[in-house]
Amino acid sequence: MVKNSCTIKLGGEAGQGVESSGMGFAKAIARAGLFIFGVQDYMSRIRGGHNWYQVRVGTRPLYSHDTTVHLLLAFDERTVHDHAAELIKGGGVLYDEGLKVDPESLSAVDLIPMPMPLLKIADEVGGNKLMMNTAAVAAAAGICEFDLSYIEQVIRDNFGRRKGSEIAERNVRVAEAAYEEARKRYAPLFDWKLDPIPGAPKRMVINGNQALGLGALAAGCKMVSGYPMTPASTLLEFLAAQARKFGLVVRQTEDEISGILHCIGAAHAGVRAMSCTSGGGFSLMVESLSLAGSTETPVVIVLAQRPGPATGLPTRTGQEDLLFALHAGHGEFPRAVLAPGSVEQCFYHMARAFNIAEKYQMPVILMTDNFLANSIRTVEKEAFDIASVVRSIERGALVLPHEEEKVRAATEGGYRRYEWTETGISLRIPPGHPSAVYSVAGEEHTPEGFIDWEETAQNRNMMMTKRMKKLSVCAEEDMGVYEFYGPEDAETTLLCWGSSYGPVREAVDVLNSHGMRVNMLHFVDIHPLNWDAVGEILDRCHTIVAVEANYSAQFSRWLTMNTGRRPDGKITKYDGRPLNPDFIAVELGKALVRV
Amino acid sequence: MSAPATLTMRDLQSPVEPTWCPGCGDYGILNAVKRAMIQLKLPPHRVIYFSGIGCGSKLPDYVRANGFNSLHGRPVPIAQGFLLAHHDMKVVVVDGDGDSYGIGGNHWLHIMRRNPHITHIVQDNMVYGLTKGQYAPTSMKGYVSTTSPEGTVEYPVNPIAIALAAGATFVARGFSGDPKHLADLIAKGLEHKGYALIDVFQPCVIFNRVNTYDWFRERVYKLEEEPGYDPHDLNKAWEKAHEWGERIPIGLFYVDDETPTLEEQIPALAHKPLYQQEIAPSVEQLEALKEAFV
Repeated sequence: MVKNSCTIKLGGEAGQGVESSGMGFAKAIARAGLFIFGVQDYMSRIRGGHNWYQVRVGTRPLYSHDTTVHLLLAFDERTVHDHAAELIKGGGVLYDEGLKVDPESLSAVDLIPMPMPLLKIADEVGGNKLMMNTAAVAAAAGICEFDLSYIEQVIRDNFGRRKGSEIAERNVRVAEAAYEEARKRYAPLFDWKLDPIPGAPKRMVINGNQALGLGALAAGCKMVSGYPMTPASTLLEFLAAQARKFGLVVRQTEDEISGILHCIGAAHAGVRAMSCTSGGGFSLMVESLSLAGSTETPVVIVLAQRPGPATGLPTRTGQEDLLFALHAGHGEFPRAVLAPGSVEQCFYHMARAFNIAEKYQMPVILMTDNFLANSIRTVEKEAFDIASVVRSIERGALVLPHEEEKVRAATEGGYRRYEWTETGISLRIPPGHPSAVYSVAGEEHTPEGFIDWEETAQNRNMMMTKRMKKLSVCAEEDMGVYEFYGPEDAETTLLCWGSSYGPVREAVDVLNSHGMRVNMLHFVDIHPLNWDAVGEILDRCHTIVAVEANYSAQFSRWLTMNTGRRPDGKITKYDGRPLNPDFIAVELGKALVRV
Repeated sequence: MSAPATLTMRDLQSPVEPTWCPGCGDYGILNAVKRAMIQLKLPPHRVIYFSGIGCGSKLPDYVRANGFNSLHGRPVPIAQGFLLAHHDMKVVVVDGDGDSYGIGGNHWLHIMRRNPHITHIVQDNMVYGLTKGQYAPTSMKGYVSTTSPEGTVEYPVNPIAIALAAGATFVARGFSGDPKHLADLIAKGLEHKGYALIDVFQPCVIFNRVNTYDWFRERVYKLEEEPGYDPHDLNKAWEKAHEWGERIPIGLFYVDDETPTLEEQIPALAHKPLYQQEIAPSVEQLEALKEAFV
């Protein structure tokens, strides 16, 4: 018998409640003191097709899903057909007895068919066939001999709030009936069990977008404007839901161009502002990004990637937009690019993005992707230190127009918005005070902010230098977040960025447990960086293999371009599915052969 | 930060000299904008002009006030973002027909149904001046230009009709050849609680040889002087919006003082402007929000 280490997968058509059932189950398991990692896979449609949700359970923090499934909950026949091969020998397939599934074909490959009268229980006990999902999750709990009270608690939380306790209680009765029946029939046959950890701390179950939302709130972001686009929409929705409580202005704009421009306007007035989008929407923002660079306006853009080109694979994942984000926009202007890799990093670096944007008065792009945005993980509550993030709010050279005394002191010798300074950072006084009346322009401008009608070479050189030198200051003072994981003297270093963190970290554990010496080098900070320092870090590595969810190993190219060091091999994945530890382990073998 | 007792043209004098051609219709608009500020005693620090790209969009540099010269077609969303962050400022958009009726048309359509307190002056010269004479969205059908050598085959945008259909709560048209009348319209627009469109006939003396000062002078008449015209009557306004030919109406077509502004409907803005609000959120509230994930 294996306790508290297994993967449960739910599959069915869009509209059958695969995701909500999976997340409910995951939350119940987490409340029992276990660690979970939940990943979803869905199609760009509201009904039909095939969606699945996978919950991995463990007794230590999990950073990724893995590929071996122990229990499959099939809401339709296709799920059995598509996923039976992922099951371990002795794994179970739970399905409604009304589905056309051939139990013998499952037994023939050492799987346990587990037909159950799920629909019947839902109908007869609950009086509603829609409660079949509840029956399925409860049956799974019965098979794993997992304490049903955790499932009941989640049911009461979910239904009690929205639809009243009567519906909740009917669902609980369905759960009890399905649980008992499944336990009686199949628990003795099934090897994997879930057992609550007594006294475990209460942990959060949270995904990347939610973590970003918390980070933005903690950073004092007050203006959010954007246009819905998968996988960024749930971040926009999260912040819209918090608007009243936290005094935010959240605007759904007519397009992404307007989304970033609203941010530029609000930031120009002295408010922390952000937009969120995916590649297509970011493409539309590009001209405005250049305006933010020229006018030195601090805006924060969350770029939640999905595979392109064009509409690409709208509900899937990839890291294809790195070089685009680094170079997006006409002309040369300063920007920062950050790519957190875990929900904890999402929280902290979202907040940090606002500090960098305001300190250097430039746009900051924070990159995630569908995998990071939507995958849920258990984390300790303390892992999100709200108070420290709030304390670290740093607004840079900013004086607000209602801060009368500060404005007077700052403008004694007059005020020039784009005053030349050694750091390139000029005092920012948003419009509104009589001592700081000025224009700004996307056109090349004078230190006063007027369009430079003479277009003199001298002014142009001064303004370009002023703006661009902020990058080297930023690289020195505020950038350089990277992490090694694994043995210091590793023979092979897996180089990665952003959301690859989890799968690569888990792959390092797998590979080292099989006698290899592998570590991970993960970058959150992509640009600007002190490249001499990065070069020294790379020199500490022996064989470097880049691991990325794109075709051309874009981060590896960025590194080569700036340090001259070429990674020795690469592992890329661009099928729209997230990287996973097993894939990386298998591909590493192939990559090393080629080195 | 109190307003000066009096405000004169001198107070609004910018150190920057206009680069416009002699006789350009934009001078009349600049003059009218300053007159309106004086009429309303609006000191420079209380006003911000957002402009697009084009000859007329250079205007913010030529009047002493706050300004933001942005991108072609994009001042409207920037102005909205600014207003939501600082809603006790007078926010004005000054752009051209190519900006808001062309490349930024989508933004224009949507600001009108939101009704933010923004005054939108569109310099409508019916030609692309700064790029040297291509046809504009408002060029009349058949207009011959460098990009329509055989005459345009498109019908022109009718800004007044579109604004009425889109829900604009203040719809007016002025003529830069009559800065006094235009100043009055702009002042009314600035006072209007909501979105105010002021489309301005602005002759381009270099590139538009059809719609000249004389061409307009022969045709325009003021709705204010039209017996019995009531700008609260949407149907009448709709009718006047389509009058084009021997007689072309200018003045206030339509006004609706009932519709609430965008910013009035946003809870976060109920007490003070966003930029003045404490940036640090409540740690307790955020800790409580974390519990929702447990």
